[in-house]
Amino acid sequence: MATDTLSNHEDHAHEHDHHDTAGTKIFGFWIYLMSDLVIFGSLFATYAVLLGGTAGGPSGADIFALDLILVSTFLLLVSSFTYGMAVLAMNADQVDKVKKWLVITFLLGAGFIGIEVYEFQHLIHEGFGPDRSAFLSAFFTLVGTHGLHVTFGLIWIAVMLIQLQQKGLTDMTRPRIMCLSLFWHFLDIIWICVFSFVYLMGVL
Amino acid sequence: MFGKLTLDAVPLGEPIIMVTVAAIVLGGLGIVGAITYFKKWGYLWREWITSVDHKKLGIMYFLVALVMLLRGFADAIMMRSQLAMASAGAEGFLPPSHYDQIFTAHGVIMIFFVAMPMVIGLMNLVVPLQIGARDVAFPFMNNLSFWLFAGGVILVNVSLFVGEFAKTGWLAYAPLSGKEYSPGVGVDYWIWALQISGIGTTLTGINFFVTILKMRTKGMTLFRMPIFTWTSLCTNALIIASFPILTATIALLTLDRYLGFHFFTTDFGGNMMMYVNLIWAWGHPEVYILILPAFGVFSEVISTFARKRLFGYGTMVWATVAITFLSFIVWLHHFFTMGAGANVNAFFGIATMIIAIPTGVKIFNWLFTMYRGSLEFTSPVLWTLGFIITFTLGGMTGVMLAVPAANFVLHNSLFVIAHFHNVIIGGVVFGMLAGLTFWFPKAFGFTLDEKWGKRSFWCWVIGFYVAFMPLYVLSFFGAVRRMQSYENGDWQPLMIVAWVGALIIAAGIACTVIQFIVSIRDRKKNADVTGDPWDGRTLEWSTSSPAPFYNFAHEPEVNDLDDFWDRKQRNNGKSPLSTPPYQDIHMPKDTWEGPVLGLLATVFGFALVWHIWWLAIVGGIGTFAVFMARVFREDVDYYVPAAEVERIEREHQQRVEMQA
Amino acid sequence: MRRNPTLRMLGVLLLLSLPLLLAGCSSALLDPKGQIGEEQRTLILTAFGLMQIVVIPVIVMTLLFAWRYRRGNKDATYSPDWSHSTKIEAVVWFIPCVIILFLAVLTWYTSHSLDPHKAIAPDESQQEPMEIQAVSLDWKWLFIYPEQGIATVNEVAFPADTPVRFRVSSGSVMNSFFIPRLGSQIYAMAGMDNDVHLIANKTGTYAGRSTNYSGAGFSEMTFQAQVGTQEEFDAWVEEVKASSNSLSFPKGYYELVTPSVNNGVKYFSDVPSSLYEQILKSFHAGGNHAEYLEKYVDESAREAIGHGSGHSEDHGDDHGDEQGGESESHSDSESQGESMSAEAAE
Repeated sequence: MATDTLSNHEDHAHEHDHHDTAGTKIFGFWIYLMSDLVIFGSLFATYAVLLGGTAGGPSGADIFALDLILVSTFLLLVSSFTYGMAVLAMNADQVDKVKKWLVITFLLGAGFIGIEVYEFQHLIHEGFGPDRSAFLSAFFTLVGTHGLHVTFGLIWIAVMLIQLQQKGLTDMTRPRIMCLSLFWHFLDIIWICVFSFVYLMGVL
Repeated sequence: MFGKLTLDAVPLGEPIIMVTVAAIVLGGLGIVGAITYFKKWGYLWREWITSVDHKKLGIMYFLVALVMLLRGFADAIMMRSQLAMASAGAEGFLPPSHYDQIFTAHGVIMIFFVAMPMVIGLMNLVVPLQIGARDVAFPFMNNLSFWLFAGGVILVNVSLFVGEFAKTGWLAYAPLSGKEYSPGVGVDYWIWALQISGIGTTLTGINFFVTILKMRTKGMTLFRMPIFTWTSLCTNALIIASFPILTATIALLTLDRYLGFHFFTTDFGGNMMMYVNLIWAWGHPEVYILILPAFGVFSEVISTFARKRLFGYGTMVWATVAITFLSFIVWLHHFFTMGAGANVNAFFGIATMIIAIPTGVKIFNWLFTMYRGSLEFTSPVLWTLGFIITFTLGGMTGVMLAVPAANFVLHNSLFVIAHFHNVIIGGVVFGMLAGLTFWFPKAFGFTLDEKWGKRSFWCWVIGFYVAFMPLYVLSFFGAVRRMQSYENGDWQPLMIVAWVGALIIAAGIACTVIQFIVSIRDRKKNADVTGDPWDGRTLEWSTSSPAPFYNFAHEPEVNDLDDFWDRKQRNNGKSPLSTPPYQDIHMPKDTWEGPVLGLLATVFGFALVWHIWWLAIVGGIGTFAVFMARVFREDVDYYVPAAEVERIEREHQQRVEMQA
Repeated sequence: MRRNPTLRMLGVLLLLSLPLLLAGCSSALLDPKGQIGEEQRTLILTAFGLMQIVVIPVIVMTLLFAWRYRRGNKDATYSPDWSHSTKIEAVVWFIPCVIILFLAVLTWYTSHSLDPHKAIAPDESQQEPMEIQAVSLDWKWLFIYPEQGIATVNEVAFPADTPVRFRVSSGSVMNSFFIPRLGSQIYAMAGMDNDVHLIANKTGTYAGRSTNYSGAGFSEMTFQAQVGTQEEFDAWVEEVKASSNSLSFPKGYYELVTPSVNNGVKYFSDVPSSLYEQILKSFHAGGNHAEYLEKYVDESAREAIGHGSGHSEDHGDDHGDEQGGESESHSDSESQGESMSAEAAE
């Protein structure tokens, strides 16, 4: 009787007890992104609460340079597209194309970060650093946290380029490229929220 | 060179601290000496520190929790002694600067470094076994989580003798915790201890959430999951959704303190009540993170020892899910006295009360599980009965606090202290001790001594009532929390009663320690040979005790809730043994990166506490480098040969046959 | 067997505490002296009573079921597979739902009727509430009477049967303003203008304090509420007005802001009428709190007293002896505290 239920399932056993299988990894990464979303949610809420806390300092309308932000937004949106191309290339097993698209994505992301660093440096130079008012604290933290994520994404792209060079498309690199893809698009979505909620609503 | 750190940071002038430190140092040296003498360093490193085995990690979590329980309880005894003395102008033996650190440390330690690791430790030990998995979804991450948690523990303990701990209360309300009002390193220790261990907890949450959803064995649908697994799933969902809020909140406080930001300052547009809102938006779900797995333990215990199916399994599950959701919309009840409008207060008050409905239903379901059962009064059952009564009272006082207009006079009083100890001791502590007794044989292969377990129970339950009922009474006299001394001499007799209660609880803790010693001494006599000492109902009892590192020789398959129980009924009440042929089993390899990352994170935190920037950079770069080493490592798994599995299984079977 | 001695000890302890339990009149919350407090007592007792409908049966059933269905009891039914009964489930959902429904209605009603921001209309006279402003400082209470143009530290007085509107704020960290005998407390937060309406229906001296932990001097952050007749109150106002102290803003006020513990009572006869608003404004946009703090409050005094870092300092009663000349302003405030008490005693 009992052996019925305890008997072996040859085909099944090897599939199921694999650790870190691609599906589990990607699902786990999704869950991580959801927890990251809560962090961004907290920061958005904080920003909303402190929007009026300018303490006599500048408000968003006074300091946002929308043209520059439009350029950086464009860079990030295009980078999402180029990353999508990298994933398509991966699905077609074209390592060189994957690398090519990843390099382009990296450059676009680096351009985005370059603009953000310039913007922050400019604001601090003007005397509108994060210690000037609660509003500026919240602004720098929200936008900076996103920027920090993009920076980690850039490091991750660099790591993937090295691993693709060393190992090619393997069971190890494929799920990582998929996770990075999720991460990169996630940051894009967050940025769209930042752009509309912080910059557009700030200027309007 | 050493930032703010100088020799003055060591509180040489405080006899209490220095004696404690001396004891810790001597004890530590003793342990280190013993390990060296018996040449156990290699064993420790190979078998424990680098282990990714969820059962060993669970044991280590529990071990740390029990050690920290002693420290947290020492704080409690000191507080109760101080308040028994410092009446009507007397100053007691603890000046505010010391007393304020003690009540802060007590809260932080008991929640983050006792209750949390007990809950997470139990989840580690039990959940993969209950769902018939060989390990968790991300074994390396599981090891890393533990070592990040351990980093937080180390920082809290270092604060005892290098510098100071926060003097702000366990949640470090701003602006008191801001740089202006707390310029010392105490709050910084609080920040980094919680930040580092909190990230570990978030990773655990993700890990177990994925494990439960993705790694269940064949046939185990969601509604065939044991109830403890269900409560763990909900707890992990809460961790994933709430701990990031804590991470963000602490990060904002860090920016305020280190870089002069103005999130929670009194001026420059900062908003201190935002801190209070954010911290409770995490803090209230945290309460349920702790209590839900305890509910799960009681459900398993009561149905096992009543030898009866759990009454209303579906209701239990939905009640748990309901509590999970509701726990996110009640946080404002922690500060009704902020002065929000009547509508807002009423909303949060009523939302809070609604939680009492599913909780009440759970209590009735436990009662009806006993009904027409065959209840054996083992110590886990005693803990459960003690829980049902104590928790019901705690729930009642909780509902009283949830009525905003009543809260206006009860808030911040000893009523609150009595209430949450009522639910945390009566719920979480009782639950974890019941769980410890219940699953101990699965971890170690022998049961715990019942006599000392029951003594521990009676001391705890009586001690609890003697210690905390007086606090309810005192709150009606106007006694408030966090007082270092009080003018009104009439309060002293009840304070002394409470102190006696704390001593009775101390006896309970002593009983638990003796219980361990006695049980280890009698381990041969109390050996659990079959792997099923309680006539259990769920899959963890279908494998040997202690469970082999691969958990199950064959992946089990279930067709029903309580499938293992049914299988035993079909097999003349005996647990079926595994049969050849065996296959190679795929397992994760141990990791040196986890403990090293934990250590580097601790160094990083310590450096930031003391503003030793170069060391922080070293810690940061080191963390990154080790993480990269892990990222580039490919030999992360291996196969256990079928012959090895067969050898281990046969040994177990021979033992079972010999006993029979 | 083992629990008997323990239980006996418990019994002895309970007996010892019985007189205290029975001494209801020393219980601030069960023997309130004002309308708000009375309504809150009734509310607490009602909620408590309502919940006994569930609590008592649960306790009884726990003990009863556990005993009845013990393993050794051969008379009891044992049905190992019985795990569902729609009837029982309906009942166990229904009863808590009904009780919570009652409590929810009660909650909704009392949240509005006892809203601390709501003015009290006493039965006899429809007077306007009297306004007193309370500011929590490290670690003392400043009370400002805008109509009378006076202020006090750690003592507040008002006539009985007169509704009082306390406007509450903080000049430092968060505190909570609470007179247990009169009812509702409310948070005191820097830069925020909070309020609570209270009334005393009996004369007497009632203890008040901060209930929200605020640092080293928190335990002694207490004050006395003197509730007398209108004549007694008028006499008290005259007494305060006779004081030679005055309180200017920012200088005088920021001297008071300097942290000090164990403060006695102090009277100020001359106070700017907008002092409270100025304190609020000092934290707002264009406010100068940080600047004033630096200008008027000696940093060493602020650190020495305990919001600071040192762990070896003793902030108790005997700190004056220990620290002596270490911090000038600190010992200043100490001696001030003492002289203030002397003045109050007169």
